[in-house]
Amino acid sequence: MENQNAVIVKNLVKTYAHVEALKEISLNVKKGELFGVIGPDGAGKTSLFRIMSSLLLPDSGEVNVLGIDVTRDYASIRKKMGYMPGRFSLYQDLSIEENINLFASIYDTTLEENYENIRYIYSQIEPFRKRRAGALSGGMKQKLALCCALVHSPEILFLDEPTTGVDAVSRSEFWEILQMLKKRGMTILVSTPYMDEASLCDRVALMQDGRILSVDTPAKITTAYAYSLVAIKTNEKYNMLSSLRMLEQATLVYPFGENIHVVSDKGKLTSEELTKYLSAQGMENWEIVEVAPDIEDCFIALMNQHVAA
Amino acid sequence: MKRLTSLIRKEFYHIFRDKRTLLILFGMPVVQILLFGYAITNEIKDAHIAILDQSHDEVSRRLADKLVASGYFLPDGQAESIDDVEQLFREGRIKMAVVVEPDFADKLQHEGKASVQLLADATDPNMANTLVNYATAIIQNFQLELNQPGQPPILVGAEVRLQYNPSLKGVFLFVPGLITILLMLVSAMMTSISIAREKETGTMEVLLASPMNPGQVIIAKVVPYFSLAFLDAVVVLLLGRYVFGVPIMGSVPLLLAEIMLFIIMALSLGILISTVAQTQQTALLLSLMGLMLPTILLSGFIFPIENMPLPLQIISHIIPARWFIVIEKAIMLKGVGIAYFWKETLILIGFTVFFIGMSIKKFNVRLG
Amino acid sequence: MSSSIIEVENLTKRFGTFKAVDSISLEVKQGEIFGFLGANGAGKTTAMKMLSGLLSPTSGKAMVAGFDVFKQQNQIKKSIGYMSQRFSLYDDLTIKENIRFYGGIYGLKRKQWKEKGERLIKRLGLDEVEGKLLKDLPLGWKQKLAFSIAILHDPKIVFLDEPTGGVDPITRRQFWEMIYEAAHDGITVFVTTHYMDEAEYCDRISMMVDGRVEAYDTPEGLKKKYGVKTMNEVFIKVARP
Repeated sequence: MENQNAVIVKNLVKTYAHVEALKEISLNVKKGELFGVIGPDGAGKTSLFRIMSSLLLPDSGEVNVLGIDVTRDYASIRKKMGYMPGRFSLYQDLSIEENINLFASIYDTTLEENYENIRYIYSQIEPFRKRRAGALSGGMKQKLALCCALVHSPEILFLDEPTTGVDAVSRSEFWEILQMLKKRGMTILVSTPYMDEASLCDRVALMQDGRILSVDTPAKITTAYAYSLVAIKTNEKYNMLSSLRMLEQATLVYPFGENIHVVSDKGKLTSEELTKYLSAQGMENWEIVEVAPDIEDCFIALMNQHVAA
Repeated sequence: MKRLTSLIRKEFYHIFRDKRTLLILFGMPVVQILLFGYAITNEIKDAHIAILDQSHDEVSRRLADKLVASGYFLPDGQAESIDDVEQLFREGRIKMAVVVEPDFADKLQHEGKASVQLLADATDPNMANTLVNYATAIIQNFQLELNQPGQPPILVGAEVRLQYNPSLKGVFLFVPGLITILLMLVSAMMTSISIAREKETGTMEVLLASPMNPGQVIIAKVVPYFSLAFLDAVVVLLLGRYVFGVPIMGSVPLLLAEIMLFIIMALSLGILISTVAQTQQTALLLSLMGLMLPTILLSGFIFPIENMPLPLQIISHIIPARWFIVIEKAIMLKGVGIAYFWKETLILIGFTVFFIGMSIKKFNVRLG
Repeated sequence: MSSSIIEVENLTKRFGTFKAVDSISLEVKQGEIFGFLGANGAGKTTAMKMLSGLLSPTSGKAMVAGFDVFKQQNQIKKSIGYMSQRFSLYDDLTIKENIRFYGGIYGLKRKQWKEKGERLIKRLGLDEVEGKLLKDLPLGWKQKLAFSIAILHDPKIVFLDEPTGGVDPITRRQFWEMIYEAAHDGITVFVTTHYMDEAEYCDRISMMVDGRVEAYDTPEGLKKKYGVKTMNEVFIKVARP
């Protein structure tokens, strides 16, 4: 069992000045898994990624990546991993080609030797290989950064918020690439603030305020949703929200996209009761829409439990 | 090795692709030496002085004429007594007063020596120093004229200070100072900014995540700036030599070797700064406040150390540039060898070892 | 919900030969929440700068809150509020000092900003931390505060530049509730963002691609038109035809 885990994190604690960035985090990532760490800014994602990739030391706890204790042997793990930090961190005044060649030679290899490994990605930016990195679009920069992180054929890839601030088209292309890398057997850890990217991962950890709320497959997280959820569609969102807030059975009421979601304990609020209540409140022009909870609903529920607890 | 060369190549790309860096590296030395050479020299012309001749004999009058004839000085105001001189100083009309003691010719003839007092307005210590030096040189010259072969020597008392710069040219003194500042700027400041830039843009994070040895990162940073700083020093020396005629009296290889030593010292200082500074702005501020200002103000380049108040004189001991300027002047203007400045050289080596040691201690293989 | 407060016709901004904004036309009604979407570099910021009186257009026509963007830029600035994710409030001032500063900028009288400020602090539940420096507050609180301050002077329109990037799902929803409330009170909300899921919260949206408005409808209408379930998919179809 041990050797099937690519990453083992146990009771990780990291504190900056007065902020507890990580509060006893534990998780395992299996070999060949595409693992997502999902949470808002300040949840502790970056600290976790930096510790796992040996760039930061934890205050306490254990981190084992590919069988290496990264708090001690940082030199060995750095040869075997690819790492992409949160913001674009390549040389803006070097061209695509120069950046890739530089990183290839840092890892004692060449672009030619590894061309097959990154061909799929590199071919998309190759036509611009003479262009300076600073002049590339957001999506192209991400692809270049990924090429540089992959040029030495790492066994494990750490991607810290690779899709933040990138437009939707480039985001979907980027995930296609990750799926392809996963097929080749690479272990990939990726962090993101976008809840909708959870469904693209094999397993996800939902993170908030230095804690892990839940770790599981996206499907299991949503089926484990412990409440009943109803969506209401209306044009009078503000009035609807105000009046639902006064409904006793509703544990949570929040806008969700074009709808309003009403969360209640299972069996406590039927559609009939809701309809009756809203009619009594004098609400018009609304309808109840069938929805299944998605990761974001789960995240909100888990956060709410945590605050209550 | 291939790693290192490709990192060094990358460093050169950064330098040659950034216009501002290029301007500082190559525009600055030329502009500065021309500025200092032509405009901001301490050379004087028509400085207002007063001559208080308490002797009124033929010799004293000849001395006064000689001072005026030099073209450097312009007598202004009538001074009949020391009080008058004082008054003229207060009114700001004169920068220096030459006071010839009573019975000047008489004393020279019978005692073989007489003295001339030079009073200078020390609110501008630089100017005062230069004026006194000029005047002393002229008096010394005058003394030579008075001495006749076969007769007992005659001595006109006045302190002589400009023995190493007999032609009284300010630019001679500026070239060593300028080289010092440029080396400090290119080596310490540019290196620290360049390393801080990698931290700021996050590229350092990516380099740290690679199997790159931190030592290699630093060496790759240092090599280009070492060569460029050296090139700058040579440019200034050549400009000084061929535009302003500043000689190098001593050994050129020795001078270049000392320059290299100073560059290495400055580079290690730059690296030390960059281990503390997380952003380019901090690196720039630290270099400017911590390095450039002390180098300019306390090294003896502009303000003579002996004129400083005691606390500043003590502080000047920890300014590496102070020692380097002594070495440069010794080689370039005095033409002496290592025997005369091995102590200063050792001090520079000491600084270098200290800064490198501190940098190694402070350098982090992780982030923060 | 009828009269239009922003009217744009063939508005163009050229930088040299580059058309950052290429003849866009749109209309925003009073009290509407209008989403102005596009990838980074699509021309959103340039367009918004023109509409908020910070940048002169090259050609076209645009009226904002009844004022001409060519001639009456100062009047426009007085009748709008502005908040962005990057720049909004001063980290080294306290909550109160920030309120006072912005009140001063918009020419509120001492009595006005004191009164409004107190109401605002109470409503956001910031009573206990009103004397704290802003940098000591969580991101979510800062953003809610920034929005409240942006509408402190009762502007006709408030421009929000990617307001909720990176905040947790609960705070984000609290933020949108504040937007709904402002809209309910008659303030027109103009949101620029490249987060497509943010678009679902808007009444109507426009999508910019390479300086042109390529889609312009309600989120529902667009999803129907392209036969997809999310705005993300709509954008992918619009941007990659």
